Amino acid sequence: MQFPSIPLAHLDDLWFQVSGTVCNLACTHCFISCSPHNHSFGFLDFETIRTNLEESVALGVKEYYFTGGEPFLHPRMTEILELTLRYGPATVLTNGTVFKDHWLQRLRAAEDASTYSLEFRVSMDGYTPEANDALRGHGTFERILRGVRQLLDHGFLPILTVTPANHEDDPHLFERFVRLLRENGYDRPRLKFLPTLRIGAEAKRGRGYDEHERVTPEMMIGYDQARLVCNHSRVVTDRGVYVCPILLEAPDARLGDSLTEALAPFALAHQPCHTCYQYGALCANASSRQRDT
Amino acid sequence: MPPADSATPEYRRIAVFGGVYSNYLALAAALDDARRRGVEACFCLGDMGAFGPHPDRVFPLLRDFGVHCIQGNYDNSIARGLDDCQCGYTDPRDNHFARLSYRYTFAHTNPDNRAWLGTLPTALRLQLGNYRLLLCHGSPRQMNEFLWESTTSSAFLDYLMRQYDTDVILATHTGIKWHRALEGGRHFVNAGVLGRPENDGRPNVWYALLTLAQSASEGLVTADPALQVEFIPVSYDHEQLAAQMRAEQLPDEFVATVRTGWWTTCLEVLPQKERRCGRF
Repeated sequence: MQFPSIPLAHLDDLWFQVSGTVCNLACTHCFISCSPHNHSFGFLDFETIRTNLEESVALGVKEYYFTGGEPFLHPRMTEILELTLRYGPATVLTNGTVFKDHWLQRLRAAEDASTYSLEFRVSMDGYTPEANDALRGHGTFERILRGVRQLLDHGFLPILTVTPANHEDDPHLFERFVRLLRENGYDRPRLKFLPTLRIGAEAKRGRGYDEHERVTPEMMIGYDQARLVCNHSRVVTDRGVYVCPILLEAPDARLGDSLTEALAPFALAHQPCHTCYQYGALCANASSRQRDT
Repeated sequence: MPPADSATPEYRRIAVFGGVYSNYLALAAALDDARRRGVEACFCLGDMGAFGPHPDRVFPLLRDFGVHCIQGNYDNSIARGLDDCQCGYTDPRDNHFARLSYRYTFAHTNPDNRAWLGTLPTALRLQLGNYRLLLCHGSPRQMNEFLWESTTSSAFLDYLMRQYDTDVILATHTGIKWHRALEGGRHFVNAGVLGRPENDGRPNVWYALLTLAQSASEGLVTADPALQVEFIPVSYDHEQLAAQMRAEQLPDEFVATVRTGWWTTCLEVLPQKERRCGRF
């Protein structure tokens, strides 16, 4: 079977799998099955991050993203974000349940001292405790809202990031989340919706991909490749540089030991590529999303 | 994209306008201001229509003053008769207002002007003394790319300068002005927009004035003595514009922005730092 090969047009977004697959939660829809016990990928050490930030300057990287697992389990996460804000804008994808106020205080000071934004994307997947906790774990709804309020108290404007696996048919989803946030004191709610990626834990909870859900060469005719994460991103892990933060469990997604080794084209041979193809701009923030013209 | 080595016109002082968004009153005021300041040429970085009333009133001003124009994503959509402005919002409220604005603008732009928008180049190159300037709408690589001050690294701007073989890039599209001096005497300038105030609680709009200074001894204070980048505030009769917008039944939310200087719609695409500066 032939798969389209996607060149890296430019490395706009450099991701760091900063806490590997280690998370304080064990969400039943996690596409890389993160949990307190999943050490497939470990924490990135500080020097690896520093080296990659330095290397990224010559490559002209535009933005930096941090994900896991739960990034704030990393013992040096505050320091890592402070360092990153000297290089460019930073976004951290968090479940919002482990913040300490003194971390947020330091991070707000670091953002104020920087030209660049420090964005927090906080995951919440239901607008009721029942819907959210069924995916993210008992009691997480209230803990996530507490995290959102902590961010607001420090002057951050978090982006609530929603994978609505339990609300997929609700046409008023956006408004319901807006209302929830407003009721929790967030007067300018920001939201990002993500599609379900049917791999990892989600393949067991819901369904896996159907065989026909693949990207074929014919499907690329007239399609803007900039919509695909692999066209403008790479992710640094403790096991090398991978093509995107979604395909960590695919052996061919590991492209090299270093960034410069990982700039080769990538074949869309995996079924999550179909979701990326369908939705486009899966991982970026709204302020930076690549758009068709 | 024109090549860097083609014959390019040379200037010493130019005015650069961002999106006009049908705000012909602000455009007229900016043109008067620029003329008083002795500019040799005016440039407009695209998005002639949107948001404001009577889109056709912008075109005679652009032509009469000989403004050099490039195409923005709105112009591209209008010229091609597309269904939307290619802004790509996901917030249903933002999409609602974007649709209202686009439908009004499309319906009130006459076919000749639509066709003219289709003839505009997507970029221009020129010289300001020894500086090579590249003018575009969003970014040199993509017409509707947002280059915000707080989400654009200097490393990326250096990359664009290298890739497009230029010393100064001028863009608009975000609606908020900014300037960054880069190493090696290079500059990125987002000229802001004439179409609506920039979410700071003041009703004026802005344009960019670029001047080639003879020497530091002329008294120009700048980090780079050879190129001076200034942002010029433009006051205009915004209450008259607001009244016309109401008469045209444009949304109250748009009218409120013109009157107060605070953005009320299309906020989704703002990064955190820029969003924090506004009221909504």
